[in-house]
Amino acid sequence: MDWINGILQGALIGGLYALFAAGLSLMFGVMRLVNIAHGDLIVFAAYLGLVVVQTLGLSPFVSLVIVVPTMFVLGYILQRGLLNFTLGGDILPPLLVTFGLSIIIQNALLEGFSADSQKLQAGNFETASLHISDQLAIGWFPFVIFLTAVAVIALLELLIYRTALGRAFRATSDDADTARLYGVRNRHVYALATALSLAVISIAAIFLAVRVNFDPASGPARLLYAFEAVIIGGLGSLWGTLAGGVVLGVAQAVGAQLNPGWESLAGHLAFLVVLILRPRGLFPKLVD
Amino acid sequence: MTALLATSGLTAFYGDFQALFGVDLAVEEGEAVAIIGANGAGKSTLLRTICGLLPAPSDRIRYRGAAIGSLSPADIVSRGIALVPEGRKLFPSLSVEENLLMGQQSGRKGPWNLDRVYTLFPILKERRRQASTSLSGGQQQMAAIGRALMTNPELLLCDEISLGLAPIVIRDVYGALPGIRAGGTSLVVVEQDINRALALADRVYCLQEGRVTLEAKPASLTREQIKLAYFGV
Repeated sequence: MDWINGILQGALIGGLYALFAAGLSLMFGVMRLVNIAHGDLIVFAAYLGLVVVQTLGLSPFVSLVIVVPTMFVLGYILQRGLLNFTLGGDILPPLLVTFGLSIIIQNALLEGFSADSQKLQAGNFETASLHISDQLAIGWFPFVIFLTAVAVIALLELLIYRTALGRAFRATSDDADTARLYGVRNRHVYALATALSLAVISIAAIFLAVRVNFDPASGPARLLYAFEAVIIGGLGSLWGTLAGGVVLGVAQAVGAQLNPGWESLAGHLAFLVVLILRPRGLFPKLVD
Repeated sequence: MTALLATSGLTAFYGDFQALFGVDLAVEEGEAVAIIGANGAGKSTLLRTICGLLPAPSDRIRYRGAAIGSLSPADIVSRGIALVPEGRKLFPSLSVEENLLMGQQSGRKGPWNLDRVYTLFPILKERRRQASTSLSGGQQQMAAIGRALMTNPELLLCDEISLGLAPIVIRDVYGALPGIRAGGTSLVVVEQDINRALALADRVYCLQEGRVTLEAKPASLTREQIKLAYFGV
């Protein structure tokens, strides 16, 4: 039963990785920008949540009302003020600039908040669970994380496949110059994509901050999980990304059952196995 | 009377390579103008520059008297100039109908909507849910024209819309142009097929190596004149 509990828990936590990954996937999908600072922006959002919680005395989940719009605006400014200038034929400038950004964010957080690890407290909710049988229980918190991931991905799918902005996203991704011919302002569209991406990851950031300790150096590992979830799921498919997150979560849970030190290792091994067996991921969508 | 569109001494560059050397071109309201010329003469470059995809000094391109050379493509299309690009350039991730709807991104109001495009090209209505990549060449060209019309243009620029199509399909595609013109839209047609171009146009320009070598009414032209302007020999 420990095993089933662990795997169930891992699957639900996969929602968190899917949320990390959805933001990464959105930016890459729209403008082929690989954001190396993605994990650090998650940690930045977690610290933003910490500041809001401490100064206003809100619960972590209520703080989302402030953190999400703030990150949305920051994302828009970041893209228009900096990242737009790195886009072009060459893939190297965005990599270098976001790598630099990653270092800047880590050091700024270190300067501002010290290296002490932090955590957001959500009281009893963190450990409350739904008893299914005597031996089987689902934690409410992982369950909420998973439901949120499903809801966020469903909303993103609606946006991408059912709205004019979504058409602009897809058309720009296909052929930015031709999209401009029909009135798409690509700099604005890119900025909206980054804004949305950061809004999504700030939800993930608050969940992360309630679940585990974080410190200014926590970002790169989050980036790695996001990458792995995207690749396992297959590029360009958001539901695939959710599946990728679940695979990662389950693998980590299995690893942790075998030996508490193997949690991360098992996740990475699962990623490698998928990469060997299905190099294009479980549900590939992109043709090119 | 000012021309609808006028370029004066227009130059264009791809990096260090100069593609246009001082092109003067005018399109009057309601007119159909054809641009002919050999491969690499600068025809497509001219259309791309007018649409803002290539940079130009602002006052070298005037639309209704206003300098538009330095505007973005999005601003230019919202003023009423739309391009049907060479090679059709439909968006492969979008369905046929979604491709048409992209024309509405400009936000320009006017008579064109999905129904009217479907009336013009009924086959597109049958195929509207399909991926744009599943269409035949002629249908793709119709979708590309429909997408440009959805921006409600006053001036429609068509870049080699007969390219790679069977003659009977070309006839269908070109058959749509008079109706579009009757709706008040002026036309610029870049065409390799000289007979097609001459039959359609009120005036014809010939480009050669980035320069205008001929500007005339089709009726007054002889084969010799065209040959000279086309090849320079």
